[in-house]
Amino acid sequence: MARMIEVRDLVKRYKKADRNAVDGVSFEVGAGEFFALLGPNGAGKTTTISILTTTLRPSAGSVVIDGRDAVRDPAGVRARVGIIFQQHSLDLNLSGEENVRFHAILYGLYPYRPFFRAMPRAYREQLRDLAGVLGLEAEIFKPVKKLSGGMKRKLEIIRGLMHRPRVLFLDEPTAGLDAASRRNLWAYLRDVRAAYDITIFLTTHYLEEAEAADRICILDQGRVVSIGTPEQIKADLLDEFLLLDARDRQALHRELDALGLHVAESGPFKVDLNGHSAQEVISSLRTPLTLLRTSSPSLEDAYLKIVGSSMEAMA
Amino acid sequence: MKEMHAVLAIASRDVLKLLRDRSRLVFSFVFPIIFIGLMGGTLQANLGRAAGFNFIGFIFTGVLAMTLFQSSAQGLLSLLEDRENDFAQEMFVAPVSRYSIIFGKIAGETGVSLFQAIPMVLMAALFRVPLTPFQVLLMVPAAIIACLLGGAFGVAVMSLLGSQRAAQQIIPFLIFPQFFLAGIFNPIKILPWYLAPLSLISPLRYAVDLLRGILYAGTPEYDKIVLFSPATNLVVMAALFAGLMVVGTVAFVRSETSR
Repeated sequence: MARMIEVRDLVKRYKKADRNAVDGVSFEVGAGEFFALLGPNGAGKTTTISILTTTLRPSAGSVVIDGRDAVRDPAGVRARVGIIFQQHSLDLNLSGEENVRFHAILYGLYPYRPFFRAMPRAYREQLRDLAGVLGLEAEIFKPVKKLSGGMKRKLEIIRGLMHRPRVLFLDEPTAGLDAASRRNLWAYLRDVRAAYDITIFLTTHYLEEAEAADRICILDQGRVVSIGTPEQIKADLLDEFLLLDARDRQALHRELDALGLHVAESGPFKVDLNGHSAQEVISSLRTPLTLLRTSSPSLEDAYLKIVGSSMEAMA
Repeated sequence: MKEMHAVLAIASRDVLKLLRDRSRLVFSFVFPIIFIGLMGGTLQANLGRAAGFNFIGFIFTGVLAMTLFQSSAQGLLSLLEDRENDFAQEMFVAPVSRYSIIFGKIAGETGVSLFQAIPMVLMAALFRVPLTPFQVLLMVPAAIIACLLGGAFGVAVMSLLGSQRAAQQIIPFLIFPQFFLAGIFNPIKILPWYLAPLSLISPLRYAVDLLRGILYAGTPEYDKIVLFSPATNLVVMAALFAGLMVVGTVAFVRSETSR
């Protein structure tokens, strides 16, 4: 797969901050991939996406998007990416179409015309197509003030796609949406991806949202904790273990030692399986057990464990 | 070409915003009634004879310059509001030059300010300010210059203050004293020594004086009211405009990405 985004050793320290908001992050995103940056609040997701979309300058490291360097050629990157911000970024005084038109002219796609009907036919057709894909034909000419949160998001996506970007960035796109609109968002993002063959990069702090992605990168306190497909992440994060105890703890401890499974001195013993199967361990033990419990946490548990420490720090 | 269309789009957005804001439109009609009608009227009745010149005309030119300057300056601050409302993000991630964004914004706010000048001129005519059509015509470029100066002042203030909160707290201290130092309502032909230099560094003063130079040209009161020749005023304003724009734009572009 061709590389669309390449991030190397990215560091960002804000002025007057005493630690790096992003602290040596590297990853790659392939063309056409659906990539999710996952992490708790304050993990550095918005900082990362701001640097990738050129609204923030990194302290160190490099970002290349579709062959363009984000620091040396920000205009080149801007022309190639579409961005949906965390907060709505529509002008409430304008209609939906006027917001889109403003964007199209700013991106140099069409000349300025004061009315929709005076705009070139290509613009009008492109707008109708996109509104069709996102199911917003009926509302596109209404004042933005009158649109619901979900419709505003759709409108922003239409706007973000007008200049046919190679990558669509979405910074916590479900923030402030109700459950139905959230589910909808994923459905039409899939449609958009299929229709326009586009790379999608999104940030979220909800694990279940990230699970729909091709690949996930988990960020915590400015560092990459884990990266891969949802399956790889699961294998990576989940530590399965056995909880064992016996009346004769010393004997049990000796046996576990002999198997190469190192546990704490005092029982009950927590045995990390590290690739061994529970069956294999138990069948080779002779000491009578008083406790046997297997534990395989869910992806959710694993994620919460990773981010737990920083969540506590926030609280 | 592309940048020009971007400037047009940004500018027209501001004008459209004004036209859709009914309360702002109503206010722009009420405002001149208060200042030119009520204030100018009472001052003319009580002090006009003693001063020996048309006080309503004096207030009209002062308030006109003040409105143009202030409206443009404050309009530029809406870039900060946009930034905090997150609409600016949309503008700032566009592949368009930062200079185009600022020029578009100044052009738009100039349009908005000029629109607000129309009821003022009507009010002045109603109150019998001696205005010939030729003078009104001459006032148009002078008014545009006042707007551009206000816009540049707004860019500089905005860039140096950074946030809308800071701007809202500090702007009154930068604009309010200028009302008096620039002589909007009060003659400043004679100033105490400690106010004279402050008045000279007030950008608004030159915009007011230029408009008064047009209104009082050829009248016996000219020397009593007008401080500098229009040419001097124009040169000072051009220099101030250039200085404020350079400082403002550079600071603005820098503050935007290096946080």
